Amino acid sequence: MGVGLSHYLALAAILFTIGIFGIFVNRKNVIIILMSVELILLAVNINLVAFSSFLGDLVGQIFALLILTVAAAEAAIGLAILVAFYRNRGSIAVEDINAMKG
Amino acid sequence: MQEQFLNALNFTPAMPEIVLAVGAMTLLMIGAFNKEKANTTITGLAVALLIVAGIFVFQNGSETVTTFDNSFIIDPFSTFMKILTLIGSVAAIAMSLAFVRREGFDCFEYPILIVLATLGMMMMISANDMIALYLGLELQSLSLYVIASINRDSTRATEAGIKYFVLGALSSGFLLYGMSLVYGFTGHTNFTEIANAMQGGHQSIGLIVGLVFILTGLAFKISAVPFHMWTPDVYQGATTPVTAFFAAAPKVAAIALFIRVTYDAFEPAVKDWQQVVVFISIASMLLGSFAAIGQHNIKRLMAYSSIGHMGYALVGLAAGNQVGVEGVLLYMTIYIAMTLGAFACILAMRHQDGMAEDIEMLSGASKNHPLMALILALIMFSLAGIPPLAGFFGKWYVFIAAIEANLYALAIIGVLSSVVGAYYYLRIVKIMYFDEPRESFEPMPTELKVIMGLSGLFVLGFIGFAGPIGQVAKAAARTFFIG
Repeated sequence: MGVGLSHYLALAAILFTIGIFGIFVNRKNVIIILMSVELILLAVNINLVAFSSFLGDLVGQIFALLILTVAAAEAAIGLAILVAFYRNRGSIAVEDINAMKG
Repeated sequence: MQEQFLNALNFTPAMPEIVLAVGAMTLLMIGAFNKEKANTTITGLAVALLIVAGIFVFQNGSETVTTFDNSFIIDPFSTFMKILTLIGSVAAIAMSLAFVRREGFDCFEYPILIVLATLGMMMMISANDMIALYLGLELQSLSLYVIASINRDSTRATEAGIKYFVLGALSSGFLLYGMSLVYGFTGHTNFTEIANAMQGGHQSIGLIVGLVFILTGLAFKISAVPFHMWTPDVYQGATTPVTAFFAAAPKVAAIALFIRVTYDAFEPAVKDWQQVVVFISIASMLLGSFAAIGQHNIKRLMAYSSIGHMGYALVGLAAGNQVGVEGVLLYMTIYIAMTLGAFACILAMRHQDGMAEDIEMLSGASKNHPLMALILALIMFSLAGIPPLAGFFGKWYVFIAAIEANLYALAIIGVLSSVVGAYYYLRIVKIMYFDEPRESFEPMPTELKVIMGLSGLFVLGFIGFAGPIGQVAKAAARTFFIG
C-alpha cells in the first residue's frame, strides 16, 4: 500500500490539532504558543502541497510559499511584542498575562 | 497571448492601493531619516495619502472590473466599503492628534502603521481570490498587532498586543486550514471559479468543513461570539485612540470580506453557511447585550457593544437576499458614524492627571459640558436603536431583511436583545444627566469637536438623507445579485 493523499491529509489534520491543543492546553510559556502557531501554519502547508500534487495544479504550492513568507513576518512580530511585554512585566508565563479580566 | 498578458496586468483598478503602498514606504523613509522632528509632517502626509487614495477610489467609477488574473476586483460594493474604511482611518488619525500632544505618545510609526493597515483592508475588500484575501488580511492583522501594543511602556498595552496576536494568529490558522480544504475539494482558489465548481448538486463534506473553518476565521476578525474573547481585553488595554481605530475601520473591512466570501465564493452553499451565520449572529447579539451590563470601564463597554452590533450586522447577512446585504451596508455606515462619535467623546474624558475611563466619571457631565453630554446622549440613544435616530434605521433595515427571508426567530431575538442592550446605553445617559456633577474635564481639542459634531449631525439627521445613502447602498448590494 503506497502513501496516498489521505495519509498526507491525516498527518496535516493531526498536526493542526496538536497546534490547537498547544495553544489552549498549555499553561506555561508564551513561546510554546508561538511554536503551536507555526505548527498550525505548517499543517496547512502540508495540506496545500498534497492537494497541489494530487490535482496537478501549481497554485497550491505558490500559496504554500506565500504562507511561509507571512509566517516568518508573523513570528518576528510575535516575538517583538513578547519582548516588549517581558520588559514591562518581567515574565512570559501564560498565567502572568492577567492585568485585565472580565 | 501578449494581449492577454497585458489585460491580466491592468494596474488602474488597483491605483488606490498602489498609492497607499508607495506612500507608506516613502513616509517610513521620511520618518527614519528625520527622527522625531518629522512627526507632525508625517501625520499630515498620512491623512493626505488616505484622502488621495479615496479620490482614486471614486475615480474608478461604478463598473465591475477585475485584474491581476481575476484575483482583484472593483465594483460598487468595494467602492462603498473602501470609502467607509478610509473615513474610519482618517478619523482615527485625527483623533490621535491631541492625545499625542498631551501624553507625549510620540512615534512617527503610528500613522504609517494605520496607512499600512488600511492598505491591507482595501486589499481584503477587493480580494477575489483566496491568496489575495489571505495576503490582505495578514497585512492588516500584522499592522494591527503592532498598533495594539504601540504604547510599549505600558503593561496593559503590550498584554493587549499579546492576546490579540495569539488569537489573531490562531484565527488565521483556522482560515488557512479552511482555505486549503476548499482548494483541495474544488481545485481553485479564485472565488468565481469556486462558485462555478460548486454549482449544482450536493456539496462534498470536505468542502463544507472547509467553509466552516473559513467562517470561523472570519468570525474572529469581526469579533463575533464565540470568538470574541480578545475584544474586551484589547479594547481596554490598547491606548484609547488605538481602540477608536480598532472599533471602526477593521470591522468594516472584515464585514466586507465576510460578505464577499459568502455571496461570491460560497453563494451555491447558501443553505450551509446560513445556519452558521444565524447562530453566531444570535450568540453575538445576546452576549453583547448581557455582558455589557456589569461593565464599569467605558472602553470595555464599547467592546461588548461592538460585539453586539456585529451580531446585528450579521442578521442582514444571514438573510441571504439583496435587502439583507443592503441592510448590512447601511448598518456599517451608521455603526462607523456612531462609534467614531462615541470615541471622540471618550477621548474628551480627560482630567489633569490622565484619561478617565470609568463610566462614573461622566456623572453630571450635562452641567459641566452640556454640548458633549447632549451629543453622547444622542449617540447612546442611537446605539440603543431608538427612533428617529440613525441606529434605529440600521436595525430596521436588517430586521426587515431577516423577516423577508422568513427568519422570524432571528428577528425576534434581535429585537429583544436590543431592548436588553438599551439598559446600559441609557444608564450612561442617566449618569450624565441625573447624577451629581464631578470635576469637569479639560477643554476639548478642535478635531474632537469636529468629529463629535459630524457624528451627532449624522445620527440626528439620518432620517433626512436616508434616501440618497440607501440608493448608493442598493447599487452596491446589487453587484452580488446580477448575472
